[in-house]
Amino acid sequence: MTGYILKRLLSAIPVLFGITIIVFLIMALIPGDPATAILGSFATPENVEKLNRDLGLDKSLVQQYFIWLGNMLTGDFGTSFALNRPVIDEVLERFNATLVLAGTAFVLCSLFGVAAGVISAANQYGWADKGITFVVLLGISIPSFFLGMMMILFFAVNLRWFPVSGMWPIYGDRDFGALISHLTLPAIALAVVATGVIARLARSAMLEVLRQDFIRTARAKGVDERGVIWRHALKAAMVSIIPVLGIQAGFVLSGAVYIEIVFQWPGVGRMLVDAILKRDILLVQGGVVFVAACYVLFNIAVDVAQSLLDPRIKT
Amino acid sequence: MMAFLTLLARNRLAMAGGIVLSLVILLVLLTPILPLADPDVTDTGNRFKPPFSEGALLGTDHLGRDLLSRLLWGTQLSLAVGFSAAIIAATLGAAIGIIAGFYGGRTDNIIMRGVDMLMAFPYILLALAIVAALGPGLFNALIAVAAVNVPFFARNIRGITVGIAHKEFVDAARLAGMSNARIILTEVLPNVIPVIIIAMSTTIGWMILETAGLSFLGLGSQPPQADLGSMLGEARSALITNPHTSIVPGVMILIIVMSINLLGDGVRDALDPRLKSGALSRPMAATMVKREAPAPTSEGKGLLEAQELQTQFHVKDRVYRAAGGVSLHVEKGECLGIIGESGSGKSVTALSVMGLVASPPGVITGGAVRYEGKDLIGVPYKQLRDMRGRNVAYIFQDPLATLHPLYRVGDQLIEAIRSHRPIGKEEGRAKAIELLEAVRIPNAAKRITDYPHEMSGGMRQRVGIAMALANDPDVIIADEPTTALDVTVQAQILALLDDLRKSRGLAIVFITHDFGVVAQLCDRVAVMYAGRIVEEGQTADILDNPRHPYTARLMACVPELGEGKRRLEAIPGLPPVVDKLPAGCAFADRCDKVQDACRQGDIPLERNGARAVRCLFPETPLKEAAE
Amino acid sequence: MSDALTLDNLSKTFPVGKSLFGAATASVKAVHPITLSVRKNETLGIVGESGCGKSTLARMLVGLLPPSTGSIQIEGAALNNADPADFGKRIQYVFQDPISSLNPRKTIRQIMEAPLKQLHGMVKPERDKRIAEIFASVNLREEFLERYPHEFSGGQAQRIGIARALAAKARILILDEPVSALDVSVQAQVLNLLADLKKEFDLTYLFISHDLAVVEAVSDRIAVLYFGSVVELGPAEVVFANPRHPYTKLLADSAPVVGRPLTAPEAKGTELPNPLDPPPGCAFAARCPHATDQCRTQIPVLEDTESGTQVACFYPLADT
Repeated sequence: MTGYILKRLLSAIPVLFGITIIVFLIMALIPGDPATAILGSFATPENVEKLNRDLGLDKSLVQQYFIWLGNMLTGDFGTSFALNRPVIDEVLERFNATLVLAGTAFVLCSLFGVAAGVISAANQYGWADKGITFVVLLGISIPSFFLGMMMILFFAVNLRWFPVSGMWPIYGDRDFGALISHLTLPAIALAVVATGVIARLARSAMLEVLRQDFIRTARAKGVDERGVIWRHALKAAMVSIIPVLGIQAGFVLSGAVYIEIVFQWPGVGRMLVDAILKRDILLVQGGVVFVAACYVLFNIAVDVAQSLLDPRIKT
Repeated sequence: MMAFLTLLARNRLAMAGGIVLSLVILLVLLTPILPLADPDVTDTGNRFKPPFSEGALLGTDHLGRDLLSRLLWGTQLSLAVGFSAAIIAATLGAAIGIIAGFYGGRTDNIIMRGVDMLMAFPYILLALAIVAALGPGLFNALIAVAAVNVPFFARNIRGITVGIAHKEFVDAARLAGMSNARIILTEVLPNVIPVIIIAMSTTIGWMILETAGLSFLGLGSQPPQADLGSMLGEARSALITNPHTSIVPGVMILIIVMSINLLGDGVRDALDPRLKSGALSRPMAATMVKREAPAPTSEGKGLLEAQELQTQFHVKDRVYRAAGGVSLHVEKGECLGIIGESGSGKSVTALSVMGLVASPPGVITGGAVRYEGKDLIGVPYKQLRDMRGRNVAYIFQDPLATLHPLYRVGDQLIEAIRSHRPIGKEEGRAKAIELLEAVRIPNAAKRITDYPHEMSGGMRQRVGIAMALANDPDVIIADEPTTALDVTVQAQILALLDDLRKSRGLAIVFITHDFGVVAQLCDRVAVMYAGRIVEEGQTADILDNPRHPYTARLMACVPELGEGKRRLEAIPGLPPVVDKLPAGCAFADRCDKVQDACRQGDIPLERNGARAVRCLFPETPLKEAAE
Repeated sequence: MSDALTLDNLSKTFPVGKSLFGAATASVKAVHPITLSVRKNETLGIVGESGCGKSTLARMLVGLLPPSTGSIQIEGAALNNADPADFGKRIQYVFQDPISSLNPRKTIRQIMEAPLKQLHGMVKPERDKRIAEIFASVNLREEFLERYPHEFSGGQAQRIGIARALAAKARILILDEPVSALDVSVQAQVLNLLADLKKEFDLTYLFISHDLAVVEAVSDRIAVLYFGSVVELGPAEVVFANPRHPYTKLLADSAPVVGRPLTAPEAKGTELPNPLDPPPGCAFAARCPHATDQCRTQIPVLEDTESGTQVACFYPLADT
């Protein structure tokens, strides 16, 4: 098992390389001159040239890439000109907040999605199935940002059950209870779409598995229906559900961008959108590379989980 | 195509989605000629007018612009962008996927590495990076959304293409002299297109959401032009004071995406061939029972007895009479063979005994199954479950498919026991080893931790037999247990079953299509054709002296080892399909002794002692031979 | 009689496993070097159990797989490294699964036309005439031409597969388990049809099957394949009636025969050797009741015996 994990980690290296190259190339496409963007259009040519030199922009693209990569490997992601702060500090701080939000949403959507899918499949065409199918359809059709706005309107403004926005109270203690009350609405709004997708997939994976011969074998030896569904069928269905959980984690991270904006959550997604609108290139680059790298590592964990479940995968 | 449309039309939800979507599209197409206010003209004096106000049906926004007009123009824009993104992503992705999947090898490797790389990003990061590079704008958002979806299509289509490229008809096309380009266009593409359409119809909604999302963030359409996403984005600051400006575009997105999803699901269901036969429904815990007549009274024959058992498959408006009134019995310690071709109803009969016929579509519609005289058809599920494996156990055909792939064989054996009585960990382990030893698996203590895929076919089938033995049943029903095995392995499995029967006094019902196997193992044999028994009797008796023309001709047409090169006595024609059975004898059309009487009315199974035959003109008359 | 097909040292090795950088970490010999010839108008049966390499051999013979070593000659002309289309005119293939060998989205006419158009460049009226002739030969009605594959039963689909192979005008057909997917009552129809076609079109068959009785009933000569090698080769009436190789005897004894009592013919394991780690000597040694040290260290080659068969065994069984 350790060998397998090591192998997967090693195989992630070229992927991480690829990510940095893709990000670098996309950023290199940006028309115009970053120095002008930073200094404003009234800057003197001398100042622009000096800044270009300072930023290393007078070198060739390949040189620039390796300098950037080398710096990143030592933890230096550059400095955000808009915030005047090291990119890595800002990204780490923001990513923490995103992790709380997206992590909670991911746990919610995995649990509820799989459970809903299994119950739906086990009662195919029954009332539970129809109800779940309808809710799921609603969930995957509603834009998460619209859902978030409606939740604010209803639960925060009208019912006053939860705060309207933010991660912490402006005044008062930053304790666990405060976090939970701020987290509830955004986490649910973020989890809804992924729950729907996972539930749909879990349902069809279960239906697929329930038709397999080994289910008939389990019934023939006298296993009760609960054991057939939750032990035999769900375990086999998880083989196709787990990779989707990995993909959905990416969607939860993506959806977090909208939710962070709607709920004023101080996360990395909001930071990126702000940075793009301000053309803060280094912050965009650093943020994207950092989050993508974390996602790659997460997917390795998913692969490892898959190999623990399925002995047919060679480890 | 017509079949596709009728299937789609039959799906009420999809129809509803289609109608709503058509209405929206119609409205959007009519927008330029509708008497609407200019969507971009601001009128700050009339800002935030509520819905249903004079001159503004849906009210106005923060700049006093008519919301209805903006909604329709915005919908037009959102739909156009969403559909274009979907078409671009599907075309590019499909092309990449087909090339990678068809050529395989290095081409595949390089392309898929690139795709993996792109999929290593949470998609919005890539989209944000692209928009950051190209600058905010609706067209750039379109490019970003299409680009991030290309890898999804490519991976999906590649998987399908790999499956098709390894199909035998592609080999055949190659042998017919076709070039690769021609094979891709005429053999692969027609088989991939339905998948592309499915993938597209189920993702368009999502792409509309994504473009709306980018606009919502202010990275898509730029003011004053608005799509639905940017309308929502602009309305957000007035969410609490004037929620209608948010609700109007939000609900529109919901309506569009939901109708597209409904329609997309309908398209998928109509195009997916597995769903055509209704195959994707989940089999229930026990076969459905709808007995039209009361159970026949017990005749007290044998340990396990089927009386006039009828099992049907109800698929849409067709009724397949898979078992059309089968009477059989097996005594303690006896081996009964059921022989027949595929579709003869032999497996369905056997599976009906413990309610294991997949249902839907299977329904037991008549007769009785008696175990020690007690009818089992329609008993509560709990009672049936309790008997499964304990009184009557099964061995199935393909041992790789019939064992759970993710549990160790030892655990699967212990579970069989635990389903009927509590058993401790140590005792369970000891019992599992004992069972594996009973079926002569060498190194049993070591093999209990094996997974099924780690064993050979013969060993797996031994595990299957051990599982059937786990609760010391009285009857084992073996459904073609050696058909998937090699001959040398088959010989061993048969010998094992024979020994177990003798040493444990088991009754075995052995289902097969092979006369050689029946001859070696079974005491009595029943021959089935088109869902009914056509002949029954002692094995040696039937083999030496078949009465029914079908039995006789079936035996004659199967080559047997040691007879040398020869011309076979083929039976012309095909077995009938059991949803359109002819009146009278089902074999009549293929029989060379057929007479008019054979096609008129039901032909009874005539009995004389152990011997029975369902034929008006048997090879040798029943009475004569008994004398 | 001249040879229709000659295999000289033909073998196939597959790379398996993948290291981090995509290079193969091991290799599996699916077919060990085989030297064999098939005479004109002969039916050579190839029999073996799963994993013996019979399908790999068949795919090499029609050019769908490039051989690792050796060469193939058809009617005296070498055919190595040629493209499948060139093979197609001389040698054709009938697939095991009749349904999946027909493209579900093409009509039977489109399927039948492909070889006529691509291999022989026939124009439409010529093609129609030829298809009509072939369909008459395989007893299929011409109205079937406008239908799609899913409308046919296995037996009919296999006739269509045979018709397609005939359309290429090849004189050698590789029949890869052509009847094992069919019901027993339909098997005989197809086997008889194959026999008729052989006479009518002067064909040479390579008939691959796991069913000993079927192979015996259709073949002139039989080659027994075990673990990628031919272990016994001889006239059909002799090979199973009088087996010289212990494996052939095991096969013959295992086949269920009416009237023969049920005994497990072999006490030792039934496992094939591990293809990743093949034994140094005879592949059958571990299962063979007569194996000696010589068997476990040296590989026997095919040699003539007095009964007219060739056998690859150091201690062939006595003539019975």
